[in-house]
Amino acid sequence: MAAMFSQNPLMNGPNYSFNQTPTAAAAGNKEHAFYPYTDNGGSTLAIAGEDFTIIAGDTRSTSGYNINTRYQPKVFKIGGTTSSQDDANIILSVVGFAADGEALKERLDAIVKMYRYQHGKPMSVKACAQRLSTILYGKRFFPYYVHAILGGLDEEGKGAVYSYDPVGSYEREQCRAGGAAASLIMPFLDNQVNFKNQYMPGSGVGHDLQERERKPLPLVEVEALVKDAFDSAVERHIEVGDGLLMMMATKNGIEEKYIPLKRD
Amino acid sequence: MNHLPQGWGRPRDDVYGAYDASYLQNSGPNQHTQQPVVTGTSVVALKFKEGVVIAADNLASYGSLARFTDVKRLRTFADAAVVGFGGDVSDMQYLDRLLTSLDTEEAYGTTGHTLNAHNLHTYLSKVFYKRRSEFNPLWNQVLVAGVDQEKKPFLASADLLGTTFSAPSLATGFGAHLAQPILRTLAPDEEAAAGLSKEQAVEAIKECMKVLFYRDARSMDKYSIAVVTKDGIDLRENEKLEAQSWAFAEKIRGYGTQVN
Repeated sequence: MAAMFSQNPLMNGPNYSFNQTPTAAAAGNKEHAFYPYTDNGGSTLAIAGEDFTIIAGDTRSTSGYNINTRYQPKVFKIGGTTSSQDDANIILSVVGFAADGEALKERLDAIVKMYRYQHGKPMSVKACAQRLSTILYGKRFFPYYVHAILGGLDEEGKGAVYSYDPVGSYEREQCRAGGAAASLIMPFLDNQVNFKNQYMPGSGVGHDLQERERKPLPLVEVEALVKDAFDSAVERHIEVGDGLLMMMATKNGIEEKYIPLKRD
Repeated sequence: MNHLPQGWGRPRDDVYGAYDASYLQNSGPNQHTQQPVVTGTSVVALKFKEGVVIAADNLASYGSLARFTDVKRLRTFADAAVVGFGGDVSDMQYLDRLLTSLDTEEAYGTTGHTLNAHNLHTYLSKVFYKRRSEFNPLWNQVLVAGVDQEKKPFLASADLLGTTFSAPSLATGFGAHLAQPILRTLAPDEEAAAGLSKEQAVEAIKECMKVLFYRDARSMDKYSIAVVTKDGIDLRENEKLEAQSWAFAEKIRGYGTQVN
């Protein structure tokens, strides 16, 4: 009967009293005020070598055009027995929404520590990589808004880098750049680490051209690549700068190195 | 217009579209803070050799209305830290009660351990992060000033999203734009901050409060300022801005209808 008098397709009937208003929101939702994410900028980079892994990140934290602080590390040691993390063997970098990154780091660290206490041995990087994926996917419908990169040495002592998307898809790679300047750094890495688009001079024409042979880079060269990558990113991206924190995993443990970057 | 009386005197749906019911409340009041209502403006803080100076004015605004003019936005905690609150005042008062109960619990605990500024900041940031993850945020940005476990100066920020960071100088809200550049020239890094005396730091903070009063329309010339060191807290809650000079004002050109 009400439908007969319908003035308002939404209300489906003549009703001008507030207690008869539709209870569901109208099509074209009102924009709601609270958005639980933000972007804190910054960039990270990881390269696996023959017997080492380097993970680096800048130390700037931003919100919009503001610099929150010039020193907030994005690269962490995971799963050491003490708070100093001296005996850790796994490195994690997180970039994106810093609060989620911190929460993710603390959860993974607690889990890897528990593994060590329960099994009496440190967790392998491979196992930790799978576990991190599970953690991320566990929040599939309210994700940790971060680009995580995990690294260390695998069971054979070779450098290992695993990179993730926010919901836990992951892959083992030779190198990966993450965060604000990922699109600036990644092509550089493709060319300089994986020798993409590099051919042997005079080896032929067209499809006969021979690709330059891929070989693992030594640590000093990789370190120089990391510095160059960040110096370049700082020039072109406003959210990257202030300082560069590098962590190097070798058979002797994890070495930490801090280098100042431009603060403009 | 048609013959149906319920259609009289209201915008026609066929012309203006149906009434957007999302502006109406569904049932009862909104349970979650979706926007701040009564707000406090900037908090500014600076580290020096032995401790931290922190300040915030005593105004609580209701939009552009200067609603409450005697609201203390600095809160001491266990003689070890000061928390400066920006953002929603009712959420500040909730956190104030929460911290009072935390302080009581810790003081009567059996561990004999007391919370320092670092511990307090971790606690607050976890409260913020938990509430944002429940889509029920506490709409504040806070600065925690004090000394850490090694009795070294500690200064860090936490906000409604659970974002945290630490620096030699910090400022929330408008202060991030107006005060932070002044403070950073004085203390560009931790070493520089460690070379500042208490007097230098207090003077710099007072200068920042003045600049903020000149330019922040939601600010006031009455403010609270606290100095925290390992020896305790010196909190003054009724300071007035000194040596104001509005001579610059008549030289400002180029706003509104005044073109040159």
